Amino acid sequence: MEMVLEAELEKKKKLSQSRLADKHIGRRNKKNIFFKGLIVTATVISTLPLLFILFYIFKQGVGALNWHFLTHLPNPVGEPGGGVSNALVGSIMILLVSCVIAIPIGIVIGIYLSEEKRSRLGYYCRLAVDVLQGIPSIVIGIIIYEWVVRPMGGFSALSGSVALALMMLPSIIKSTEETLKLLPESLKEASLALGVPYYKTIMKVIVPTGLSGILTGVILSIARVIGETAPLLFTAFGNPFMSTNILKPMSSLPLIIFNYATSPYNDWHQLAWGASMVLILMILILNIISKIVQRKWKVQF
Amino acid sequence: MESPILKATNFNAFFGKNHILKNINLEVHKNNVWAIMGPSGCGKTTFIRCVNRMHELVPNASVEGSLQLKGEEIYDMNPVVLRRKVGMVFQRPNPFPTMSIYDNVIAGYILNGIKLSKMERDDIVETSLKQAALWMEVRSTLHKKGTFLSGGQQQRLCIARALAMNPEILLLDEATSALDPISTSMIEELIQQLKAEYTILMVTHNMQQAARVSDKTAFFYLGELIEAANTKTIFTNPKHEKTQEYITGHFG
Repeated sequence: MEMVLEAELEKKKKLSQSRLADKHIGRRNKKNIFFKGLIVTATVISTLPLLFILFYIFKQGVGALNWHFLTHLPNPVGEPGGGVSNALVGSIMILLVSCVIAIPIGIVIGIYLSEEKRSRLGYYCRLAVDVLQGIPSIVIGIIIYEWVVRPMGGFSALSGSVALALMMLPSIIKSTEETLKLLPESLKEASLALGVPYYKTIMKVIVPTGLSGILTGVILSIARVIGETAPLLFTAFGNPFMSTNILKPMSSLPLIIFNYATSPYNDWHQLAWGASMVLILMILILNIISKIVQRKWKVQF
Repeated sequence: MESPILKATNFNAFFGKNHILKNINLEVHKNNVWAIMGPSGCGKTTFIRCVNRMHELVPNASVEGSLQLKGEEIYDMNPVVLRRKVGMVFQRPNPFPTMSIYDNVIAGYILNGIKLSKMERDDIVETSLKQAALWMEVRSTLHKKGTFLSGGQQQRLCIARALAMNPEILLLDEATSALDPISTSMIEELIQQLKAEYTILMVTHNMQQAARVSDKTAFFYLGELIEAANTKTIFTNPKHEKTQEYITGHFG
């Protein structure tokens, strides 16, 4: 019996030796290098278009960009110069108002979803958020036109903000939910065990601990809607003059790009390129801020 | 004999239809250290989580029978008030990651919005950290984040946080199971000192620890309280066969 076992062990040893002894190590290394090369090439190829786009916009836009461009109103056709100050102010105002609408609602829903993981309402809410995320922006524009613009009797920056807020909601909700879900249960227990009521535990322990994740989500959602044009066409409409009244039509960068780029005038094309570059720079800055927030405010356990 | 600080009479606990604790009768007197022993899944943790009503945080959890803190029915009290009187330290250290060491100690006051003067705060922080034998190690870094401490220090910080609320009872849920031997022995020493002022209920898997640290031991098996007596009696002359088998290592 023992002899048989020994013989079997010997066989197994030999087998594994012959399999593991690598005669083909050279060939394998070559394969490795080949695959690595393939992956790197694929990455470069897919990054190149992005770099070309950025390069082209910078090339076209940098000529238009100067202090005058940022601080002056657009000139009538035929007059050289002019700027996009109204669109810049408009974009910022419309975004600020949509933040005021979307951030509190989004965070509250995100908290609910992370707390009530298995509730029926939570299930349908999650479904609704997914669907909302998939609705084309032009459809959102039409819906807000029906819901806000018509009842209010005219185009307004506020309706544009509502449309953008609706588009920001899904990503704020998702990032809040995902961030809070990752926090350990022990954190909540630690607070509850000290006799801290549930709502204070959420507001003073859970949310502050997940703040960097929530903020990152908020900033990225702003970066995503900052360039949305379609929903603003039916809502904020655009305005050739400086306006800070959110109940009146207001200009914004994407709108000005759309209007100028589709115009037949060369001067206006130039302005559209400049505005595109401003828009891209804003998105870039928002992304950098989100990275900084992520790194600096990261909570360590 | 003075009245017990914690008294369970025919106490039952459930998760849905699962009967976790069956007819528990136990009296805990002041300044005693109770070790709660038993094999995994016997209900020890559930029992101490019932004492500060953390048990009910799990959906479908319910209880029956009577559990009294100083003669007051625990399940008639407001859980928020109760939990301020019953401190708890968990298996894994869980200091608040956004707070400094200083703020962690008085977290119970900060989070509850209880106003303290600077002197009161300094006082509570210093005494609590001294009680938790952590003061000497952290007094120069009080305003650093609590999560920069080692695991053992973090656990003592959690003990300080519980002590800062001046609880009637301190619950330790396997508080040393995630720690190295040196930190463990420090916490065991600490328990010995703390029993002068507090009543301690500790769940432990470690029989040597129960024998070293506790005055009294309760042995749980399959949701029942098999035996509760002086630790010495339990370890030298257990009445029940199951207890005997468990402490001699036949199962568990």
